[in-house]
Amino acid sequence: MTNYSYTLLIPLIPLTIFLLTGLSGHRFKPIYSGLAGTMGLTMAAFLSYITAIRYFFIDGPVNGMYPQIKAISTVWLRFTDTLHIDMGILIDPISVMMLVVVTTVSLMAHIYSLGYMKGERGFARFYSFLSLFSFSMLGLVLATNIFQMYIFWELVGVSSFLLIGFYYEKPSAVAASKKAFIVTRFADLGFLIGILMLSFTTDTFDFISLTSSTGPAIASSAGTAFMGLSVISWALILIFIGGAGKSAMFPLHIWLPDAMEGPTPVSALIHAATMVVAGVYLVARLFPAYALTAPDALHVVAWVGGFSSLFAAVIALTQIDIKRVLAFSTMSQIGYMMMALGVSGYGDHEGLGYMASMFHLFTHAMFKALLFLGAGSIIHAVHSNNMTDMGGLRKYLPITHITFLIACLTIAGIPPLSGFWSKDEILAAALHHNPVLFAIGFGVAGLTAFYMFRLYYNIFWGHDRHYHHTPHESPLVMTIPLMFLALAAIFSGFLPFSHMVTSDLKPFEAHTDLAVAIPSVLIALAGIGVATVMYRKPNTLPDRLASSIKVLYTASLRKFWIDEIYQFVTKKILFAGVSRPIAWFDRHVIDATMNLVGWVVVTTSSKIKGFQSGQVQQYAAVFISSVILLVLVFVYLFSN
Amino acid sequence: MMTQGIPLYYFLIISTLMFFIGVFGFLTRRNLITMLMSIELVLNSVNINFVAFNSYLVPHRMQGQFFSLIVIAVAAAEAAVAIAIIINIYRNFRSIETDKVNEMKY
Amino acid sequence: MDILSLFVVIPVVTVIAIMFAKNLEQTRWISATGMLIQLGLAAFLVFSYLHERNMGNTAHWLFTYDTVWFSSLNIHYTVGVDGISVAMIALTSIVVFAGIFASWEMKYLSREFFISLIMLASGVFGFFISLDLFTMFLFYEVAVIPMYLLIGIWGSGPKEYSAMKLTLMLMGGSALIMVGLLGIYFNSDPTGAMNFTFNLNEIAERGIPIEAQRFFFPMTFLGFGVLGALFPFHTWSPDGHASAPTAVSMLHAGVLMKLGGYGAFRVAIYLMPQAAHEQAWIFIILTAVSVVYGAFGAIVQKDLKYINAYSSVSHCGLVLFAILMMNQTALNGAVIQMISHGLMTALFFALIGMIYGRTHTRLINEMGGLMKIIPFLGVVYVIAGLASLGLPGLSGFVAEMTIFVGAYQHTDTFHRVVTIMATTSIVVTAVYILRVVGILLLGPVRNEHHFSLTDAVWWERLSTLTLLVAIAAIGIAPLWLSDMINFSLKPIVERIVAIL
Repeated sequence: MTNYSYTLLIPLIPLTIFLLTGLSGHRFKPIYSGLAGTMGLTMAAFLSYITAIRYFFIDGPVNGMYPQIKAISTVWLRFTDTLHIDMGILIDPISVMMLVVVTTVSLMAHIYSLGYMKGERGFARFYSFLSLFSFSMLGLVLATNIFQMYIFWELVGVSSFLLIGFYYEKPSAVAASKKAFIVTRFADLGFLIGILMLSFTTDTFDFISLTSSTGPAIASSAGTAFMGLSVISWALILIFIGGAGKSAMFPLHIWLPDAMEGPTPVSALIHAATMVVAGVYLVARLFPAYALTAPDALHVVAWVGGFSSLFAAVIALTQIDIKRVLAFSTMSQIGYMMMALGVSGYGDHEGLGYMASMFHLFTHAMFKALLFLGAGSIIHAVHSNNMTDMGGLRKYLPITHITFLIACLTIAGIPPLSGFWSKDEILAAALHHNPVLFAIGFGVAGLTAFYMFRLYYNIFWGHDRHYHHTPHESPLVMTIPLMFLALAAIFSGFLPFSHMVTSDLKPFEAHTDLAVAIPSVLIALAGIGVATVMYRKPNTLPDRLASSIKVLYTASLRKFWIDEIYQFVTKKILFAGVSRPIAWFDRHVIDATMNLVGWVVVTTSSKIKGFQSGQVQQYAAVFISSVILLVLVFVYLFSN
Repeated sequence: MMTQGIPLYYFLIISTLMFFIGVFGFLTRRNLITMLMSIELVLNSVNINFVAFNSYLVPHRMQGQFFSLIVIAVAAAEAAVAIAIIINIYRNFRSIETDKVNEMKY
Repeated sequence: MDILSLFVVIPVVTVIAIMFAKNLEQTRWISATGMLIQLGLAAFLVFSYLHERNMGNTAHWLFTYDTVWFSSLNIHYTVGVDGISVAMIALTSIVVFAGIFASWEMKYLSREFFISLIMLASGVFGFFISLDLFTMFLFYEVAVIPMYLLIGIWGSGPKEYSAMKLTLMLMGGSALIMVGLLGIYFNSDPTGAMNFTFNLNEIAERGIPIEAQRFFFPMTFLGFGVLGALFPFHTWSPDGHASAPTAVSMLHAGVLMKLGGYGAFRVAIYLMPQAAHEQAWIFIILTAVSVVYGAFGAIVQKDLKYINAYSSVSHCGLVLFAILMMNQTALNGAVIQMISHGLMTALFFALIGMIYGRTHTRLINEMGGLMKIIPFLGVVYVIAGLASLGLPGLSGFVAEMTIFVGAYQHTDTFHRVVTIMATTSIVVTAVYILRVVGILLLGPVRNEHHFSLTDAVWWERLSTLTLLVAIAAIGIAPLWLSDMINFSLKPIVERIVAIL
């Protein structure tokens, strides 16, 4: 078997860069930090590509099955004799695939930021945070056990917090970063409790034994039931809540749109391509456990995913801020992936949904990163996030325009671009499993095509707006990543995923199902067609449509008031309803009781202090009368 | 002996009277000198008891008489100290009334 | 002289040396040198302890020394350490060392200040090395009493009130402890030969009658619990910490509150396991309430020190919570949490003191955007905050996870429910930490006077970095610490399990 221990370098290089630039970045010119980060990521990406090529194409499956290799593993913390957190590296199809995704997108974001962030205060800080994120994300994908994953899960959370709050003097950025951290933290609570339950039942944290079809997880699945579900089901549902928090699934999605306060390359890297798919990755990691022991949990995954994808697509229809449109689109696409996992079975062709989900994760990372970086290039040119400030930009930004168009076509699912292939597999899997979910997925495909082209036409077509200066194309350092990602978006669909990433590690043959493919392309074309009619040339149609369905339009624009509900829960219930009463109770009841004890002592003593009057004769009188009293008592006691 | 014919309880009555007169004086008089005098009364009532019991119980021994001598000596020393204190109190407070000298309180 | 007694002797020698110091400069340097030696000695102790273990020395107590002190009552001066006390000694010396540098600018009655501070430290060290309950209690009082002077003289705000409240409540705890200890002493001979002992191990071997345990366990636990800020006896903590000067807050929250947890484990649980097992549920409820209540209480506070004090209530509640779980993993977590919280909270109080020294306010809404002005302190504050909310890679995570995994080993519903209740605190902790960070450090600068503030000077950097390095070291490589504690816990837990 090939020795993969060199893969340790892949996360360690970004960590080293982070420590170097974080501790001493301010001593040098900022550009050095940027270059160091980019160089480091180039190396990491290079190593990842080598690993992927070796794993998939040189070594290939052993006995018809891809091996799960623990390249490195060392005990980090011991809880009991059997439960210990290991730090290690697990090489298997999905981790290798994620390595490629993470390092590629991260490298693109690094290169792009050299141009995009040029001249910003805190340029060095930005790069050190990017390196921290890359390290954490790589540690997450390579984790050998669920607790290691949780550790890096928290670390990506904090890097996301730091990067969203990069412009820390802006109150909105601070609020957004706080919100992102707390919402995901809340979800992580579910994850943690899930881990506790799962590890207690199975007595292991290790992914290989948790997911092995003969392992303890599967064996102990017939545990005690609580409210009709087995302990394993509950554990896996709770773990899924953690995943849903990171992956912005309804109703824990509220942080994602706000996270767009961060610099755009961060949105592309963290909030589109890598960190937000960690939830999908988590479910995929534990997929055999889900599929074999807890089909109930898998239903939850499917329905949450399906609903989120529809919900987000509806909201994306009306948003004005281009990054928010993309954020909701991300949420919608991740919902797709979740749904695909949820409808999947285990093994062979049954596992089509699993394969499709991973496939979509891969292609989505490429085209969504492209969309975000393109949006960054546009924002860089016009200094605004709102599509109402844009129009007719295709003349000024030719490269951005072409790459953005490619990305829009890809996400809409037009063959032969990559989005078509992966989305087609998802719909095919959904059709096999559950017609309702298929219908949702099918509708979302149309909506996606519509809102993406609404975005596209509003930005690149229509009238010129009043720009402060003539918009100009971004420098080469920003457009090269765009072009690279555009190529990836076009061609990644031809990767033979069903031969590489499967639920039971065995390759199988997947075929394009024309009965699904043709309608899905048609509805995508329909969506594009409607968008063309409405937004290609300025007209009053959108406004009239909006006013004819005023309630729905407002609901979508206000994101179905979910934010307001959260505001109510946190401000009114938790702050005003719990915390303030507790603080009051502490001051006025508990502390007052303590003070009352003190007060009683003081009052009693001031009442009885009169005994010490300073009058000697009074003392003597008391003394003598007491003596007499005592004498009488003793006489009485001892006389008989 | 001189005391022949006089019953013991005569002495005891006298000494008890003196004792309580002394106690009464000590408790009621405000003047420190008078209080000192009352203490002397108390001490002397004890002396009478000592002497009386001595001659009735163990006439061939002298412990009671010696003891009363010691009491007298101590009383003298005590009077000297007390008067010194009283003089100092008078210097400080311009009074030897006890209810004026009540600094030692809460 | 044995190495352990040196831990008491060095502070005393330092105190005597300070008495001859002529000015502030000399006072500082003598204190710093003394505590540096102490820190070096602690490091030496850790290494020689690990060395002994590696050589295969499996005796429970190492470096023991025993001499009769008062023979008619069988009081000994007995010292010895196991992995737990070694860890606590290391914590104490780090915090004291950092505390000396945090109070570098203490100008008012500086000699007396450093003398009291170091006396207090010697009491703490004595407590951790003692194996004799009487000596232990003696050192406990030595550690608690100087606190009154330190807060009453060098404090701020309503210092007399706070000092009085803190001292009286802790003395109330001491009274309970003393009754408990005497109860243990007079029940320490089940044979009825009146051959009583204060020695911890002998008592544990002999065992205490269950009737006596039932009576004296709650007393002892509650007595130590007061120092460990057990709900509802925690209110000395916010007021006391708010009034205390920086180094005193650091030492008090960082080390003295650990005396509570350590004592509760060493005396209450170790000596009286049956009663502990019977009555644990009452205290588990109280501690679980402490954990959640402290965290929620911290959310709405406005004063930085109050926030940290409530946070300490929550974190120390977790220590006692884990101790009551009485299994190896949870107890291990409790010890790590004591160390982790000691370092974190000391760091917090140091930073708050430094910020207060600059802005002359501790109210968070009078400050804002400080990150831009004092980046060093800001960054360290953020890292301390992240440690407090349990970020992996810093010590808090290791401790909390060990506790939760340990607590979850109990299979009954009651333990499950309280464990899940306690885990919710990690979310609430995130809320109040991020709230403070958001208001205090980020956003625009609120007060233009603050533009002229200067960043940390060398002694402040030294003080904070010492603590920070320790926090990160535990967070990144926890295994040696955890194994060291586990090795010593194992026989204790086995004995407890065997008795039950």
